[in-house]
Amino acid sequence: MNFALTAEQIEMYNMAKKFSEKEMIPYASEFDQNSTFPINQIKKAWELGFVNTCIPVEYGGNGLSLVDAVTVGEALSYGCMGMHTSIMCNDLALTPIVVGGSEEQKERFLRPFTESPLLASFCLTEPGNGSDAAGIQTTIKDKGDHWVLSGEKMWITNAGHADWFVVYCSIDPKLKHKGISAVVVSKDFEGIEIGKKEHKLGQNCSDTRSIRFNNVKVPKENMLGGPGEGWKIAMKTLDHSRPLVSSIALGGSQRALDLSVEYAKERKQFSVPLSKHQAIQFMIAEMKMKVEASRLLIQKAAWLADQGEQNTTIASTAKAFAADSCMQITTDAVQIYGGYGYSKEYPVEKLMRDAKLIQIYEGTSQIQRLVIAREVLGK
Amino acid sequence: MNIFVCVKQVPDTETKVQPNGDGTFIETNSIKWIMNPYDEFAVEQALLVKAANAGSTVTVVRVGGVKDTEALRTAMAMGADEAILVEAEDNLDSYSIAKALKGAIDKSGKSADLILCGKQAIDDDCLQVPQILATMMELPSVSVIVGFEQDGDKVTVKREIEGGALEIYELNKPCILATNKGINTPRYASLPGIMKAKRKPMQQLSLGDVGVTADDRRVVYSDFQLPPEKPAGKKFDAMDEADQQKVVEEVVGLLRTEAKVI
Ligand SMILES: Cc1cc2nc3c(=O)[nH]c(=O)nc-3n(C[C@H](O)[C@H](O)[C@H](O)COP(=O)(O)OP(=O)(O)OC[C@H]3O[C@@H](n4cnc5c(N)ncnc54)[C@H](O)[C@@H]3O)c2cc1C
Ligand SMILES: Cc1cc2nc3c(=O)[nH]c(=O)nc-3n(C[C@H](O)[C@H](O)[C@H](O)COP(=O)(O)OP(=O)(O)OC[C@H]3O[C@@H](n4cnc5c(N)ncnc54)[C@H](O)[C@@H]3O)c2cc1C
Repeated sequence: MNFALTAEQIEMYNMAKKFSEKEMIPYASEFDQNSTFPINQIKKAWELGFVNTCIPVEYGGNGLSLVDAVTVGEALSYGCMGMHTSIMCNDLALTPIVVGGSEEQKERFLRPFTESPLLASFCLTEPGNGSDAAGIQTTIKDKGDHWVLSGEKMWITNAGHADWFVVYCSIDPKLKHKGISAVVVSKDFEGIEIGKKEHKLGQNCSDTRSIRFNNVKVPKENMLGGPGEGWKIAMKTLDHSRPLVSSIALGGSQRALDLSVEYAKERKQFSVPLSKHQAIQFMIAEMKMKVEASRLLIQKAAWLADQGEQNTTIASTAKAFAADSCMQITTDAVQIYGGYGYSKEYPVEKLMRDAKLIQIYEGTSQIQRLVIAREVLGK
Repeated sequence: MNIFVCVKQVPDTETKVQPNGDGTFIETNSIKWIMNPYDEFAVEQALLVKAANAGSTVTVVRVGGVKDTEALRTAMAMGADEAILVEAEDNLDSYSIAKALKGAIDKSGKSADLILCGKQAIDDDCLQVPQILATMMELPSVSVIVGFEQDGDKVTVKREIEGGALEIYELNKPCILATNKGINTPRYASLPGIMKAKRKPMQQLSLGDVGVTADDRRVVYSDFQLPPEKPAGKKFDAMDEADQQKVVEEVVGLLRTEAKVI
């Protein structure tokens, strides 16, 4: 048993933290208020190897383990959860290719991402189907020498900036998950209509839109696996991506904790610093407990995946726990800041708004519990 | 070109410094170490020179404790090719450090074409290792440089002097230059850089290997102390109009006699 990060992982964390303090934190509030897409941060992050952590060395990637990736992920989200959602989006979109693509597809689709800062979106959710992803209504029809894709996707991160879309669709919606298939679609294919930018509660710098596919012609060789293989690919993707998304929550939680400690030592009420009031001490102790437990769960979920072992339940446990903890911790941070916490002049209200999303995307906190309960109780 | 960069490892700027038990140095057990920020400019400059001179190598040299090697690893992750670590206590004096650096460079078997240092270390702020090293090596040197241009063997540097004015110097290589903020923007180490650094050579030497003995010490530290705590500010109550004249006189008096600022 060994809980220590390697010297390289510590260095990766320190370097990513430095990046987040110098390149993200100074812009976070302004980008949030103006809904500015962090394109410069993404480009710089790409140059440093923070983007596309899932691409294997064989296709030009950096060969990071998932433990490496969540370690870096925590440090980047410390700077801004919203920016990091957009930085990490490529990992969600490209992992299906890593886990379900052929050699030829990996070479064709993944390598270009290591050669220039391209963006990709992961398109699963639809207006009428969120948690019940197997109910996908977007269809893919076999036209002999090509496919035709039709339907609408909703809440797609980075959609307005993506060069590629990995789209989940069905050969026949009546087949439910048995019909689901995954295809790789270029933004330049004809018939793609990108919706307007959604106005959100938080993570405002991250771009979120709907997309409509109007009889889009897709080459045969762009389907991952075969028809009906999509569900398996999606589930494997989630095993990999849930620890990553959980690290977004952890970074936000750690930031809220650090800011709370700093403020509680500075601010005096009743002639003593807030940190001398037991009620505040307990809130901070609670934050620390949740941060440490989240980190261990995330590391375990990532480590299991790196060992090639099944991590579905622990990944869901990590995701639900880290996301719910982040919501609680950031809410308490606002509480500790009192009236100042409620103001946009201080950084904590943004953390609270940003945190909420993590309980919703990549499987809501309820859906994670569903996964955990199914495993614990048997089907 | 053989480029050497001298880097020091210093406590992170946010460290709460405490004297150690016998007062000979600070407590180093739980310190987070970083590369001295001024040395980052030196490493960056070395990498820029390397990029402009095909076939160059950058060797980073550090004298200090071997438990943590953060500074050298960071320099190699940024792109330096190899490292030399001379094991020593972290509270060595400037003369011994300079002598150890010279010994390490001599021992590397490479003749130095360019030696870069940061202008000062942010922990002890001695501002003298580059100059002592230059004297020992009998090489020309300029410190506090904010500009660098190279034309064959000739190097032109800009040196910042008080008031923001610049001095321009021309030197011939080999020479020793000490960098200041403003000369460049140090790159971040990339993730591939960090992974590659693991496989780059780091040679470890003792002070004896580089010819430094206890007799070389010019300064011995003995009584590290925290600065005295600032006394709390004085408050004066002048809400009542009747008191105001008296309070103002009292404040002005104290500013003259106690604070001595007017
Ligand atoms: C900002 C943002 C970015 C996003 N980015 C992407 C993206 O890039 N790609 C993508 O494909 N999707 C993305 N999503 C979509 C996201 O994954 C979905 O919003 C999420 O899966 C929930 O689906 P829904 O919104 O349809 O909610 P619903 O599924 O309608 O759920 C509503 C509520 O009911 C609960 N619920 C549903 N079913 C059950 C059940 N069986 N038992 C108990 N409770 C249940 C849910 O937990 C939730 O509280 C994004 C969403 C947002 C807000
Ligand atoms: C939008 C808005 C509108 C407002 N409108 C008005 C208004 O119209 N008029 C007006 O007068 N005020 C108004 N306020 C001020 C509001 O009443 C104060 O913000 C509130 O009383 C808290 O004070 P504070 O912000 O100074 O926080 P602090 O008093 O600094 O408290 C910070 C944190 O420490 C906790 N804390 C403080 N002391 C203790 C203790 N002894 N033990 C345990 N915990 C403690 C608090 O519960 C809080 O969590 C408004 C505030 C906001 C944000």
